[in-house]
Amino acid sequence: MTEGAPPVGELDPPYDSAEYRASALRFPRRSLLTLPAGPTELHGPFFGHHRISPGDADLTAQHAGEAQGERIIVTGRLLDADGRPIADQLVEIWQTNAAGRYAHSNDQHPAPLDSNFTGAGRCLTGSDGTYRFLTIKPGAYPWRNHPNAWRPAHIHFSVFGRCFTERLVTQMYFPGDPLLDYDPVYQSVSAAARQRMVSSFDLDTTTPEWALGYYFDIVIGGHLATPTAG
Amino acid sequence: MPVHPTPSQTVGPFFSLGLSWMGAHELVDPSLPGAIVLFGRVLDGAAAPVPDAVIEIFHANPEGRFPRATQDGWTGFGRALTDGDGAYRFVTSKPGALSENEAPHIDISVFARGLLQRLVTRCYFPDEAEANRGDSVLRSIDDEPVRASLLAHREGDGLRFDIRLQGDGETGFFAW
Repeated sequence: MTEGAPPVGELDPPYDSAEYRASALRFPRRSLLTLPAGPTELHGPFFGHHRISPGDADLTAQHAGEAQGERIIVTGRLLDADGRPIADQLVEIWQTNAAGRYAHSNDQHPAPLDSNFTGAGRCLTGSDGTYRFLTIKPGAYPWRNHPNAWRPAHIHFSVFGRCFTERLVTQMYFPGDPLLDYDPVYQSVSAAARQRMVSSFDLDTTTPEWALGYYFDIVIGGHLATPTAG
Repeated sequence: MPVHPTPSQTVGPFFSLGLSWMGAHELVDPSLPGAIVLFGRVLDGAAAPVPDAVIEIFHANPEGRFPRATQDGWTGFGRALTDGDGAYRFVTSKPGALSENEAPHIDISVFARGLLQRLVTRCYFPDEAEANRGDSVLRSIDDEPVRASLLAHREGDGLRFDIRLQGDGETGFFAW
């Protein structure tokens, strides 16, 4: 790859993904219409600190007892495409427990639930765009997309930028996970862009005798941009 | 320094864990004079309900503005999770017109299992025929059924806006 931003058409996965079966009846068949960004698209919601409490970012301490599994600290920055921090915006996460089970009634995977772990958190970014969560390393889990299909361990991230066009939901993966090579959701993104969804192990935020650190910057901008010719 | 944008991924089927806390389907008190109900269903390419979608709306206030901080907690943002029938429902205030060539409208994002990135559409109002005729986005759409798919319909006390992801009557979706 050359330096600088890749072609915008390579950024996001397609709506129509033959390998990801759930897309089959849900992708639009007609070409997307062009929406010149007007006032509605160039503004966005601001949620304010009153909705969030500091404990919302600690997923290990939402119940009476200790959550099971490997404690991890996930930090990073929310940035725009020019690398500028996006302050005071909402970051929401959700994930499985250490055994790869979601605390959700529709997840019937026969792995144990953890009554001390729900797997949901949120925070606002700081003035330098940083966020920080203390959680449990999620597990891999089987799904029925194809025979012997397993999702690599991941944390869902939902972020708001400064405006409607910058809204993004993505997934954070873990370095060195062998399941990434077989996962149609991860693989739906171009080879040049998909590794941006993989966090890095971070010794600086790793806390001695307590928790491993993972680092994951989220950069928003360019989403839903109509691919340009050439 | 330019940095590389992070790609989008699907919300998957278990997003209610992380996204239901906000309870943001009522942007205003339903008893507020002028409150409107915006509701509808999300349907797939087989016309089956999509029971695992997140609908988010964003729009101007009745004055056509986007106040960043208000005493009444107005954000212009709403979020609803579809139920087993693919149905969603919001209570909000009708947005004001933004300019001579922008009719009142609500921007809508659709997230769902099976959607690797969100879909974006716009909802326009049936009682704004004149403003809609002058709306630059509606005017740019040549295909009449597509244009019609962006118009809510009055039904009972509310406004129905169904979202068809694929096939017959497919909703018009946007990129920029």
